Amino acid sequence: MKNTRRSALKATGAFATLVSLGLITQSQAQAAVDRASFAVKTLDDALKAIGGNAATSDQVTVVSPDIAENGAVVPVGVVSKLPNTTELYIIIEKNPTPLAAVFMIPAGTLPDVQTRVKMGQSTNVVAVVKADGKLFSATKETKVTLGGCGG
Amino acid sequence: MNKSLVQKQVLAAAALLVCMGAAQAQDATAEGIAKYREMLQDGNPAELFEMKGEELWTQKRGPKNATLEKCDFGKGPGVIKGAFVELPRYFADTGRVQDLETRLITCMETLQGFKSEDLYKAADNYGKGESANMVALTTYVATASKGMDFALPQTNEKEKTMYEVGKRLFFARGGPHDFACATCHGVDGQRIRLQDLPNLTQNPGDGVGFAAWPAYRVSNAQLWTMQKRLNDCYRQQRFPEPKFGSEATIALAVYMGVNSKGSESIVPSIKR
Amino acid sequence: MADPMRIRAALAGDETTVRVLMAHIMETGIRKDASGALIPAHFIQDVEATHNGKSVLKAMWSGAVSQNPFLSFKFRGAAKGDKVVVKWVDNKGNSRTDEATIA
Repeated sequence: MKNTRRSALKATGAFATLVSLGLITQSQAQAAVDRASFAVKTLDDALKAIGGNAATSDQVTVVSPDIAENGAVVPVGVVSKLPNTTELYIIIEKNPTPLAAVFMIPAGTLPDVQTRVKMGQSTNVVAVVKADGKLFSATKETKVTLGGCGG
Repeated sequence: MNKSLVQKQVLAAAALLVCMGAAQAQDATAEGIAKYREMLQDGNPAELFEMKGEELWTQKRGPKNATLEKCDFGKGPGVIKGAFVELPRYFADTGRVQDLETRLITCMETLQGFKSEDLYKAADNYGKGESANMVALTTYVATASKGMDFALPQTNEKEKTMYEVGKRLFFARGGPHDFACATCHGVDGQRIRLQDLPNLTQNPGDGVGFAAWPAYRVSNAQLWTMQKRLNDCYRQQRFPEPKFGSEATIALAVYMGVNSKGSESIVPSIKR
Repeated sequence: MADPMRIRAALAGDETTVRVLMAHIMETGIRKDASGALIPAHFIQDVEATHNGKSVLKAMWSGAVSQNPFLSFKFRGAAKGDKVVVKWVDNKGNSRTDEATIA
């Protein structure tokens, strides 16, 4: 088994080069979570899937509006000031499946991403980041309201 | 004893805050919504429709296997910059006042050989099939005037008549609710839930009202053109819905467009 | 082939900001149609952006990402005129790759 693994790694020469150059780490090359994590139904289960409890950190920011006119499209971003941030997670606490998106950040890319997510109701947007292998988080409540008939 | 006094004071303060809070909360809400809308501006999915329209503009299509590049929207064949902010206008070749969407159908017929009856029929199935193509093309042509000011011509008799017809229609009450366009859009400062209702009897300002459509609506991920917007207004008033491209819709567009003279088009905009 | 993305990449200082708009329905799989039947899930699951062949971002998405997704990210080490390539793959195996030049 060891042999096949070594030969497999050797076969992917480029990959090994990147690792040896320190451009990516082994863990960065792998997916951050497996697909099944996206099916979990609670914030706690999502955190477990990511790797456990995350310490709150003021170095992590959730960029989201206080109030969203329509839950179908809510701008959400995560920014981390922690060095060696390799993963960013967006969790929408009261969504049927809270884990919404995962971003893997290689060296050279800033831990600062924005996207738009669906929010079923007013709830907390929880950002979790992995930095130096440890988990940190920040939370912000975004209210979701319903717009009017027109517009 | 101390405790209950403190409790009373806290309750009194809380009650005061609630009263003040209601008014402030409304401001905070309005501010919050404004922030939300601002965050959406960066990256408007309407651009995807514009891209599709650009592709269709130069694509050989229809029985004549021709592109739309010679389409005249009032500023000469193929000139799209500035065309949107002068529509609807009178066209000599068709002898009528047309808006962007009906003029597009004219071009698709004369240049590409499509049958206009088929296109009008397709337009009823909004956003699907050939209607999707027309919506994309409408977005593309309208976007070419982004940032320009509205300057609808009122030189031709028919243009002037359409303005007056539009005005009459705007104030005509009917339907089971006895609504008119003016019921919602006839005075300043009205609102439905969180949507501010612009006063369309006058110039509502840059990027508002007539100057905001076509727009991408996040609530249904659709790109709504002015024809669709007017159709849905009538539906919301529980009126029978106007036919696509009907004289009534064009007249209303002339009325609103002329009133918007000088205001800036922000099309395509993004809405809830 | 799926509809094209709109990608804009702009260099400011040493940071390139990439903004992407993807055309995709992002159906969650929990919505029901008029007859009450579940509309099957159809959404982008994987996104990857590369610059000069090097991966600058990878993402795993759920159906909770909004329809016609928007994505914005920043990276260092690029120059004007370089190409940024973005690829997405959805849960049905469809994919789309587009590129943009850094302005």
